[in-house]
Amino acid sequence: MVVSRHVSKRSLAGAPGGGDLSVNVFRSPKERVVEYALGLCALISVLTTLGIAAVLVFESLNFFAEVSIVDFLTETRWTPQFTEKHFGIWPLLSGTLLITVIAAIVALPIGLMSAIFIAEYAPSRIRKVLKPGLELLAGIPTVVYGYFALTFVTPLLQTFIPGLNIYNALSAGIVVGVMIIPMVSSLSEDAIRAVPRSLAEGAYALGATRIEVVLRVMVPGAISGIVASFILALSRAVGETMIVTLAAGAMPNLTANPMESVQTMTAFIVNVSLGDTPQGTVEFYSLFAVGLVLFLMTLSMNFLANLIIRKYRERY
Amino acid sequence: MASSQQYDERLDSRRRRGLIFSGLLFVATVFGLVVLITLIVDVVMQGAQWLGWDFLTRFPSRIPERAGIKSAIVGSIWMILLTAGISVPIGVASALYLEEYAPRGWFLKLIQININNLAGIPSVVYGILGLVLFVRFFALGRSLLAGALTMALLILPIIVISAQEALRAIPSGIRESAFALGATRRQVVWSHLLPMSAPSIMTGVILALSRAIGETAPLIMIGALTFIAFLPTSVLDPFTVLPIQIFNWTARPQADFQSLAAAGIVILMIVLFLMNLSAILLRNHFEKYRSR
Repeated sequence: MVVSRHVSKRSLAGAPGGGDLSVNVFRSPKERVVEYALGLCALISVLTTLGIAAVLVFESLNFFAEVSIVDFLTETRWTPQFTEKHFGIWPLLSGTLLITVIAAIVALPIGLMSAIFIAEYAPSRIRKVLKPGLELLAGIPTVVYGYFALTFVTPLLQTFIPGLNIYNALSAGIVVGVMIIPMVSSLSEDAIRAVPRSLAEGAYALGATRIEVVLRVMVPGAISGIVASFILALSRAVGETMIVTLAAGAMPNLTANPMESVQTMTAFIVNVSLGDTPQGTVEFYSLFAVGLVLFLMTLSMNFLANLIIRKYRERY
Repeated sequence: MASSQQYDERLDSRRRRGLIFSGLLFVATVFGLVVLITLIVDVVMQGAQWLGWDFLTRFPSRIPERAGIKSAIVGSIWMILLTAGISVPIGVASALYLEEYAPRGWFLKLIQININNLAGIPSVVYGILGLVLFVRFFALGRSLLAGALTMALLILPIIVISAQEALRAIPSGIRESAFALGATRRQVVWSHLLPMSAPSIMTGVILALSRAIGETAPLIMIGALTFIAFLPTSVLDPFTVLPIQIFNWTARPQADFQSLAAAGIVILMIVLFLMNLSAILLRNHFEKYRSR
């Protein structure tokens, strides 16, 4: 969820002495105590990030003491439960990518089209129904989506595709896509709305039709925000856990076939803690290594999205 | 100069394309709503046979006919109260510091970027943190407190961001006039900023808590998925919550348990609906109060 990126400070422009209202000029100890106490609370968020990074790195060291990092990154088998153990991340990575690609095919076009419709086409009375409706979709717990994927979407797909495995990447991917539609649509809508009205009016004045204004003026004008919304939504899909745990299965599988059962990184992490894997074993520590990869992936996607917004935003 | 013969407006085909395009846009937008309605209808139809007073007042059972969600409901209430008790004071305090106290500069920027990134970390990763830090390091075990602390960290960024927005919405004239009358910063915060922003902070808190009430993965990570047929009596007791119970039932192959999951989902969705409704009512009430 990216709500805002800037700390807007109320500057007292023109006031003598710079006028930064955030500077505490009161010297009394009571005032200082309050300030430090509040500052300590703000530090908790920094400590959380550091804590997550530290836990993942240090616990992964236990794993990498037994499995070389080269094997982890290059081997193509992930078989922690077998007697002959292999810890190659690729089957889990490919499972995650497969789900993400399916989700992208569902969510990116539908989300962007919803955003265009809500921002440019819908009369305000219809918009008042559509927007809260999509927000409701965003508020549904992921375990509910998981139930829906397993007990509704999969049987539905099985009527079209005979012999489809009950656990399959397709059903899970589609439902993950539905889950991230609201994120794409609301962030893209914000981006489209940020394009100045005068640009659209100028295009209309030159005789463009509505579709031309939307596709040649509004969408290109908002492209950085739209791309950022895509990346943020996909990062959400990468980190999605319950839908894939319930509907995609628990079979590490190096495949690009959406009909097959796959295991994602998140589903593996959950399955390790669901099962009776004894703590202190390599299998157990592997969850931290996988968690580290997941953390780095989502973190870099979020950074990329923010970078695009900062760097390529058209300033109107 | 181009003659009028060379210039072809093709208005008819352009308009036709526009019409088709707008139709597509409409279909795409409605798609989300259709899925939402399908989901709700499906869940209600599947779960209807179990819904009733007995379902709410019985403990989970291996026999579907006797199963209920009493321990899950009580666990969820504990979880929400504890999570709110931990995350709201810290979140609001952080927002106050960032908006009202922190000197402008790189440190503030760093914290801000950090909070925005925290909001994008997958919930299962918070579960890993909770498992190592609260369950094992602080030796809280698979307790309510460990779950609530994990959940509090998870929703903290949401609360901070919404509280910051609430504070930012207060006109700076309020602060300036209070300072001008000789109020200290603490007095400005306590007597003006907090009361004025309370309703919109509350709205953000309710929305953050409704995220927490539906989260499953972090609690599975700290080991909350066990058969719980009793009510917790202290914060150090093991527990179960609604989404965990739903997950447990959904993951079983028997159709009876899956429809029990649907019944559990109906209850969870009613709780979520009531929370969202109260957030909306609060916002509307606030807007009315402001305009007066």
